Amino acid sequence: MAESAVLEGASAPADEAPIESFTVTLIIRRFDSEFDDEPRWVDYDVELFATDRILDALHKIKWEQDGSLSFRRSCAHGVCGSDAMRINGRNRLACKTLIKDLDISKPIYVEAIKGLPLEKDLIVDMEPFFASYREVQPFLQASGKPEKERIQSVAQRERFDDTTKCILCAACTSSCPVFWTDGQYFGPAAIVNAHRFIFDSRDEAAQVRLDILNDKEGVWRCRTTFNCSEACPRGIEVTKAIAEVKAAVLRGKPDVPKSDLVSA
Amino acid sequence: MTATIPAPRSSSSRPRKVNWEKWGWLYMRISGVLLLVLVFGHLFVNLVAGDGVHAIDFAFVAGKWADPFWVVWDTLMLWLALIHGANGMRTLTNDYARGRLRKVLLGAILVSTIVLILLGSLVIFTFDPCIGAAQGGDLAQFCTAKG
Ligand code: SF4
Ligand code: FES
Repeated sequence: MAESAVLEGASAPADEAPIESFTVTLIIRRFDSEFDDEPRWVDYDVELFATDRILDALHKIKWEQDGSLSFRRSCAHGVCGSDAMRINGRNRLACKTLIKDLDISKPIYVEAIKGLPLEKDLIVDMEPFFASYREVQPFLQASGKPEKERIQSVAQRERFDDTTKCILCAACTSSCPVFWTDGQYFGPAAIVNAHRFIFDSRDEAAQVRLDILNDKEGVWRCRTTFNCSEACPRGIEVTKAIAEVKAAVLRGKPDVPKSDLVSA
Repeated sequence: MTATIPAPRSSSSRPRKVNWEKWGWLYMRISGVLLLVLVFGHLFVNLVAGDGVHAIDFAFVAGKWADPFWVVWDTLMLWLALIHGANGMRTLTNDYARGRLRKVLLGAILVSTIVLILLGSLVIFTFDPCIGAAQGGDLAQFCTAKG
């Protein structure tokens, strides 16, 4: 634990070792279009345990200090993808960022993700993000009606496994410098979700998606900055997925493993 | 009654046209690899091999360009590097400049690249080692000997 942090909890029962808690300073970039012309940084001091997360800190502020603080969250366990924000300059999920992993001898800066229109405090308008997600047709397109299921080999399933993990939190897209400056770029998340279906052996519309991503700006805007891979809370190798889509566009088709199943 | 819904963005409706961004991307990778060899080869031969940097004078250049190998090498390096650099500047401009400024910058990059490539090529291909030989230039003896 950081030595310089204030130690509290001395009044806990003597027989049990007291759980240390710390006073942590959060500096949050607040914005309310009704009152503010420009976003402003506001400090909050919160009592936290090492095992608390930034989301707990935000809850404490909202519930105990300032009820007007606005942010999105739903599952609180890294599943729904609603609470991506910029914590100390890095895109993280508030519900997956533990206090013990941050340097609490200094204030922690929390702000909304960049590149999307700021609505209020930590909330941004996600519509441009979802619009480019919809552009790549992120749904299975297969003809024919199989008796039971569309069979796939283990290797074929493995091919796109990484990109199935996306929770559409926008941490990657809003960490991308190309996305910040160019509203036309699809952004990493859309390409990840296109990858999910392009490399799915059951899908038949890979060509359409590759065409969409080969549109003028398309996938070629990517500069391999690796910000997206660094930001992804699901550990998806985003830049690699984008590179695979680029290779598929160049080759004209994705390299999906051949089925090794013996058809009955 | 069944209605047929046309597939969204079906590929037939989009005419396939050349995507310059794609070829630009590919060009950057290929020229990048070639330039690695060309540039470091160039640096080694000019600055390290033999007498190193002290060997460079008019005669050194003339000697190199008497060999078609170096003419091809330098021409390739000139074209590849300038286009590679210009394309990089173009992408940067597209990233950070908008509207009129972007147009002006892109135009400036295009013009300066063309001028530099033409000038460079002109020098390589019209190079005359005997220039100024009459006035007793570096290669005066060699040139007068040749006739
Ligand atoms: S790829 Fe990762 S960072 Fe990007 S939206 Fe999906 S889960 Fe979030
Ligand atoms: S609240 Fe659902 S991912 Fe953080």
